[in-house]
Amino acid sequence: MPSISRDEVAHLARLARLAATDDELDLFAGQLDTILNAVAQVGEVSQQDVPPTSHAVPLTNVFREDVVRPCLTQQQALSGAPSAEEGRFRVPRILGEEQ
Amino acid sequence: MSELIRLSAADLADKIHKREVSAVEATQAHLDRIAEVDGAVHAFLHVNTEGALAAAAKVDEQIAVGEVASPLAGVPLALKDVMTTIDAPTTVGSKILENWLPPYDATVTERLRAAGIVILGKTNMDEFAMGSSTENSAYGPTHNPWDLERIPGGSGGGSSASLAAFEAPLAIGTDTGGSIRQPGAVTGTVGVKPTYGTVSRYGLVAFSSSLDQAGPCARTVLDAALLHEVIAGYDPMDSTSINQPVRPVVEAARQGATGDLKGVKVGVVREFRGEGYQQGVIDCFDAAVQQLRDLGAEVVEVSCPHFKYALGAYYLIAPSEASSNLARFDAMRYGLRVDNGALGELSAEQVMSLTREAGFGPEVKRRIILGTYALSAGYYDAYYGSAQKVRTLISRDFTSAFEQVDVLVAPTTPTTAFKIGERIDDPLAMYLNDLCTIPSNLAGNAALSVPSGLAAEDGLPAGLQVMAPALADERMYRVAAAYEVARDAAQGGPLINRVPELEAISR
Repeated sequence: MPSISRDEVAHLARLARLAATDDELDLFAGQLDTILNAVAQVGEVSQQDVPPTSHAVPLTNVFREDVVRPCLTQQQALSGAPSAEEGRFRVPRILGEEQ
Repeated sequence: MSELIRLSAADLADKIHKREVSAVEATQAHLDRIAEVDGAVHAFLHVNTEGALAAAAKVDEQIAVGEVASPLAGVPLALKDVMTTIDAPTTVGSKILENWLPPYDATVTERLRAAGIVILGKTNMDEFAMGSSTENSAYGPTHNPWDLERIPGGSGGGSSASLAAFEAPLAIGTDTGGSIRQPGAVTGTVGVKPTYGTVSRYGLVAFSSSLDQAGPCARTVLDAALLHEVIAGYDPMDSTSINQPVRPVVEAARQGATGDLKGVKVGVVREFRGEGYQQGVIDCFDAAVQQLRDLGAEVVEVSCPHFKYALGAYYLIAPSEASSNLARFDAMRYGLRVDNGALGELSAEQVMSLTREAGFGPEVKRRIILGTYALSAGYYDAYYGSAQKVRTLISRDFTSAFEQVDVLVAPTTPTTAFKIGERIDDPLAMYLNDLCTIPSNLAGNAALSVPSGLAAEDGLPAGLQVMAPALADERMYRVAAAYEVARDAAQGGPLINRVPELEAISR
């Protein structure tokens, strides 16, 4: 039986960049445990020698002609930006104190 | 109430093209209806009054000079808020994209416009299409026109409710685990998930890319087929788009409507009944199967032994893909940014975490965490790997079933519409709504839901699901159209005519 602890959920939330609250972690830990117990049923087939399917249709590389074609203008690309400056996305610093 | 809003899309198009009524009048009638009842239904997140009337006026101008862009030119439509639109916000039911105005149209949006279909507005949905009740919308739930205290299904509850409330004769949905078919079933409307890869995903905000598929929603099978032919077709902008001609679904729907199913073999999926299935839903299903027999179809029972693993596989694969897809919401390029007024002091990582915490609702967070877990080292083989094997086994079940029969049938969803709030605290109970619809998403084949009557115990609609092999969508249209005609005749008219009158409730 799988089980997922509150600490694990907190770790996963950090990995997924979710600043989850204590209340959420309490709630999610119980709910995710229930869900995992239900979905773990797929393990019954894990020993079977069948190939995995990632896509319903076979995937092949799709190429196009290497020619210029219309695309978003700079103004369009920045139109939804939370913050922009001098035609660029304005972002917070990307390195932490320790870096 | 204007009689225009009760017409099928095909009949309304006919009147518009014969200039008995203008596209502007048809659009205005639906806008009036929305203004009258949407305060109670809440099918729409955004109504584009000016844009719709302008688009309708353009169709009228074209018709005046003898140009008809498509068989549906001039007919209004409700567009699920998961498709990008250059002239209306696209929120996906999420706070993280509140007021986002996309810089481009989805391919589906482009095709609708090119066909002269008038987009009335954007419909409500579970956030990022994650849900089966539309209660997960950040903008409040949609109400089922059959009983306003109940859910309209999900994730496309806004689209299904708009049809049942006569706010639009056509709608677009997207189906990742049943989000077109299940809302169709619980609102007494028709919902179609075409074969995966036949309708472009370009501009469809991604939830689970290997499963997401857009499709038509309508009040009749023929209307769905007409819309299907408008939106389907190869698109070089979608790498999974299948480069093959659109299937002849309109022809198949018209053929089916003649009421003859002789020579058609129908398989009843043995695994889809029993515990958890509402008696009234099973009764409607059994009556529908008998009707198919009466139409001349040969009915046999078929076993699909691996379908019992489908729900588990889906709730591993879909969250895994979602956790990756939703990583794009990083508060940098578009959408919400939360910095608590301290942008200079916070790192990009901190801003991203605060933004996602504030912008995503509980179900989206649960699935991101679940997907992150299923893909993490040490668990990958047991969860994601096994789920992918299940996907192969389910495809094989379908292949072997379709060697015996032309189409498969099952109930669309195990129960009728439940009360708003009833299952919201129990994610697993909510997931069970998708039990019968998920296998076709995992295998990629075509499936639809057509109304199959009202359940005796609660008087609410149930749906008959018809499944066809990949790239044989026309088969299910033929069977569904034949069934629809027979059921309407046996039950004294279309089921949708029995939806209660909505009283005007102002917003």
